[in-house]
Amino acid sequence: MPVPTNRETTTQPTQLHERPVGNPPVARTGELITMFINDEPVQVDRGTNVLEACRANGYDIPSLCYVKDINTAGSCRVCIVEIEGSRNLQASCVYPVAEGLRIHTNTNRVRRARRRVVELLLSEHNRECTSCVRSQNCELQKVAYKVGARYGKLAHQPVHEPKIVKNPFIVRDFSKCIKCRRCEAVCKNLQGIGVFSPLNRGNETIIAPAFQRNMADAACIACGQCVLACPTASLTERSYIDEVWQAIEDPTKHVVVQTAPAIQASIGEEFNLPVGTVVSQKLAAALRRLGFDSIFSTDFAADLTIVEESNEFLHRLAKGGPLPLISSCSPGWIKLCEHFYPEFIPNLSTCKSPMEMFGALAKTYYAEKIGIDPKHMVVVGVMPCTAKKFEAARPEMKTYGQRDVDYVLTTRELARMMRQADLNLNKLPEEEFDQPLGFSTGAANIFAASGGVMEAAIRTAVALTDGKAMGRLEFKEFRGLRGIKEVTLELQGQEIRLGVAHGANNARKLMERLKQGEQFHFIEIMACAGGCVGGGGQPITSNPEKPELTPEYRSERAKGLYALDLNKELRRSHENQAVVKVYQEYLGEPMSKKAKEILHTHYTARGKLPGFDFSEQEKAGDKQEIPVGNLPGLLH
Amino acid sequence: MRIKGLPDLELIKKKHLPNIKARLGNNQTAGYQVLCCTGTGCSSGGSEKVIKTLNHHIKQQDLQNNVTVYKTGCFGFCKMGPILLVYPGQIFYCLVHEKDAEEIVTEHFSKGHIVERLLYKEPNENKIYPQLKDIPFFQAQQRIALRNCGLIDPEEIEEYIANDGYFALQNVLHKLTPPEVIEIMTQSGLRGRGGGGFPVGRKWAFTAQAEDSPKYVVCNADEGDPGAFMDRSILEGDPHSILEAMTIAGYSTGANQGVIYVRAEYPIAIKRLELAIKQAQQMGLLGENIFDSGFSFSIELRLGAGAFVCGEETALLKSAMGQRGEPRPRPPFPAVCGFRNKPTLINNVETYANVPIILRKGATWYASLGTEKSKGTKVFSIAGKINNTGLIEVPMGTTLRTIIYDIGGGIPGGKKFKAVQTGGPSGGVIPAQLLDTTIDYESLGKIGSMMGSGGLIVMDETDCMVDIAKFYLGFSQDESCGKCTPCRVGTKRMLEIMERITQGKGEMADLDELEELAQDIKETSLCGLGQHAPNPVLSTLHYFRDEYLAHIRDKRCPAGVCQELTDFVVNPEKCIACGICAKACATQAIIGEKKKAYYIDRQKCSKCGVCQTRCPKDAIFKAAIGGDHASADQPGNNHTTYPTP
Repeated sequence: MPVPTNRETTTQPTQLHERPVGNPPVARTGELITMFINDEPVQVDRGTNVLEACRANGYDIPSLCYVKDINTAGSCRVCIVEIEGSRNLQASCVYPVAEGLRIHTNTNRVRRARRRVVELLLSEHNRECTSCVRSQNCELQKVAYKVGARYGKLAHQPVHEPKIVKNPFIVRDFSKCIKCRRCEAVCKNLQGIGVFSPLNRGNETIIAPAFQRNMADAACIACGQCVLACPTASLTERSYIDEVWQAIEDPTKHVVVQTAPAIQASIGEEFNLPVGTVVSQKLAAALRRLGFDSIFSTDFAADLTIVEESNEFLHRLAKGGPLPLISSCSPGWIKLCEHFYPEFIPNLSTCKSPMEMFGALAKTYYAEKIGIDPKHMVVVGVMPCTAKKFEAARPEMKTYGQRDVDYVLTTRELARMMRQADLNLNKLPEEEFDQPLGFSTGAANIFAASGGVMEAAIRTAVALTDGKAMGRLEFKEFRGLRGIKEVTLELQGQEIRLGVAHGANNARKLMERLKQGEQFHFIEIMACAGGCVGGGGQPITSNPEKPELTPEYRSERAKGLYALDLNKELRRSHENQAVVKVYQEYLGEPMSKKAKEILHTHYTARGKLPGFDFSEQEKAGDKQEIPVGNLPGLLH
Repeated sequence: MRIKGLPDLELIKKKHLPNIKARLGNNQTAGYQVLCCTGTGCSSGGSEKVIKTLNHHIKQQDLQNNVTVYKTGCFGFCKMGPILLVYPGQIFYCLVHEKDAEEIVTEHFSKGHIVERLLYKEPNENKIYPQLKDIPFFQAQQRIALRNCGLIDPEEIEEYIANDGYFALQNVLHKLTPPEVIEIMTQSGLRGRGGGGFPVGRKWAFTAQAEDSPKYVVCNADEGDPGAFMDRSILEGDPHSILEAMTIAGYSTGANQGVIYVRAEYPIAIKRLELAIKQAQQMGLLGENIFDSGFSFSIELRLGAGAFVCGEETALLKSAMGQRGEPRPRPPFPAVCGFRNKPTLINNVETYANVPIILRKGATWYASLGTEKSKGTKVFSIAGKINNTGLIEVPMGTTLRTIIYDIGGGIPGGKKFKAVQTGGPSGGVIPAQLLDTTIDYESLGKIGSMMGSGGLIVMDETDCMVDIAKFYLGFSQDESCGKCTPCRVGTKRMLEIMERITQGKGEMADLDELEELAQDIKETSLCGLGQHAPNPVLSTLHYFRDEYLAHIRDKRCPAGVCQELTDFVVNPEKCIACGICAKACATQAIIGEKKKAYYIDRQKCSKCGVCQTRCPKDAIFKAAIGGDHASADQPGNNHTTYPTP
């Protein structure tokens, strides 16, 4: 039986970084060879490795460092097998298959060695498993159980390092790090950033940004893909659950919750529903039972963003620039641009992200409407994203002196809150979101998939310029797994070139092309592969194959959202009557003065080595400091 | 001048050969030739100053026409450095100080009298050897890789050419095809000298077969074993042989670019390599169209950043590419995917040093040396508790006894030989009963050690084998890159057990745990460093288990080394009650009064050892706890006699 096909179209570029981490990735050749697993002949692809070959043939070899195509370092040594003709045991994840290769997985030697390796890892692991945030969802825990590891005679020498909680998005706990280096590989190979590297050597090795700087002080884009990749709880999101519970309990506070479009398609996974199950109504019911005062969805603001952004685009198109207009919905991408491409900051759409627009509007329009002092309003965003936590803390994200969004929770944190509140998503009734900020069109739902923002914007732009209510609706050329999607369309008799990139590595590739002078009119960029459905705040599986890092799995989540869009009556953002009403009652018209005050923002050039090149920042005339260690949660 | 072919080489050789011939004893020139070692050992002993002063006095006494001083590479007898060798007569002066220069010039060069006090005196027999060839240290040696060290001036390319240098390259480029060269290497039976012992011909053939291009030739000069300095001496004494060999390797494998990865801790070697590359480029022996053959080859240097693991080939390649020096799993082997992810041939310095002479003298000649499976000679650096510390080259198959007693001159101070460590931290100890083991890859492997790069560290009865094993394990643990679990965590856990044992806190179960852990680390580690890190522990456990038992059961260190298990004791028979030790003691642990032997209060003693260094009569010594001396120096027991070391 052949091993699963290597993805034909993939966001993970096979020729990745100039400095790939680890061995070359698995490359499918299509040519079958025969090898022997435990003396049984099997047919496998010539380009695969022993681990993949075994897994495809029913042997669940344990692994901790291996992530297909992303991390092939062979460093954890958990996946070792016996290979005939080889003196030592070999890591199967990096051992290429060969014709006639004979391997053994089920020998005393293999079992003993695997157990020993895991015992060694446990010997310095912070074994607070029962109270760990990744308990029951921890790969080390599962592997230890699987190989039958015991604490044995080895002294327990846990690393005594306090958790590093110095930024609002990601917490590092070295006492739980097993040095599998997946974070490093994901950051370098998948995202093309490379914040992490091993520091020190031998037993002192830690995986951290250069000079052991805080992630907030490095050129980290806060995307959280490292959190998804981490097999233990060494990398976790900065949790704001306690703060949110406190706000909910506070009778003086009106707590508004908004959930991003991606949440409804992914939170089901936390409750054992199949990937891609859309649970919008059950989600609303759960939020209400958690005790939030107003249950809204960010999808509403997504429609609003589209109206603003497509107007901004048409405006720029008419006035001649600066083009291309680059979308600003993804806070990871914004940070990437600020660090690596500050020269393109004028190209970024000045529109706030939907989450921030929502927060701003909640504390102005909605607060006025229900007659509440915005000071007593707390806006909580539930996002598939760790970078949103950073975004919420940005000094730019304030309206009339009020912070737009007070707390950001990830999908995982919301699920944790639901578990704490005894809520079983599967058995909850179906309810609707509150009005008016809970209504959305199909265009908003697809925001969470790569190409969705572009498709939604073009739906509106086409309709606005054609003046026809029934312009073209679906633009499937923006969908799919290709890392960079390019489309040329005609708009107002003008050829416009559109680009969509997802995954920071692809974003950088596209930006490099822009730097070379390539012309685009409008570009959508998402920092995470697949878009928000693949965000760093999404559910993590303890499956050793790490499906949540693959584009296929992420596109399953997206499929649910596209189905949602398909079944909606209204599928163009500007048709959202709630949005229309907001303009009528409060904002006036798109790009009006008030809209600009509330819904638009500006950005900060940061440089590749923030903290090192002050001169460059001074030259740029932008001395705005990034408040590090003094961010949400701490601000209130 | 650009060398285009054989006639040009011959021309240079003709001009410079007389000097060399004189040194080789084949020709008497009119004047004196003085060879002074400028390797790291002698340099740090002040040989550069000696040369300067010599030249000064030669000029003063107007002997310039009669005496020429040459800088050379290492003679190998580092214990006796700085070394001067004077021709004619091959007079061997050792431990020369700059103050001696005037006397040498006046007496020897001017009057013709040999300065006897600077000649080599054999310590055991007290016999004086005026000539190098008679000195036992040099007698059992056969210098092939070191053929030019201590003979030619490494900073002059002409001297290298005069001693047949670059002739092999010329011959290869004009007369041999790449497969023919590889065939010669295969026939010669030369094996990698870096430690692994992989057949050189096969390695070259693999790289030649690789289809990708460009290809690279890399020289591993990241010698990191404690106490090993073979590669350094070759680079310092004969840099051109490496350049020539790499060019030949490039021609044979289809590479046009060479990289020498050399430790930054070898400044003299780096300087000489840079100079050699420059000279070779100027003469057209490196660069475009070498010898008008159409073959081009260039070499660049990469400096290591000081990590032992970078001697491992894949880690070296990563480091050479500017990445963190970490090994990666093989396959793919460097021959397929190496430097810049292209096919790469990687050999060690000593391996390359053998290449030109094999091609000049033929595979049959080389294969006639050594044993059946290990051909040729091997360079060793001998250090530790041995009289003649230094660098030697012996044919494979020489016994350890020959090396330690005949060449090395035995153990100083008449102490008893205990063991010799080969292969550095990756090797193992060889006890006295195996001294007749012959040195070759197979027999060393059989007894739990390994050839390694050629460091030999000799230990005598005052060395504690548990402590030695702990030291080597600590070294490996320190130098682990931290990539794979067994090496990063496993060696640490082993080290913790070893520390417990040496502190007297060991249990019998620790021994089983040590053995099991060692076995698992060997089986599961990613690279050679981890796979061999437990070797010192395993081999000492095998041959010196009684010492472990003494530490664990009796809580004593028989050799009196492990601090927690030893005491400083005053020998009352030697003590003259001067009180110096009591004054020096920081914790006021030494108590005594006039005319009575002092004693040390063990409760107060911090075991810093200052008293021992201050005692003018050597009356204070370290002794194992639990020995006969137990209460020897306590008040009232001063009459007790006990063994003194």
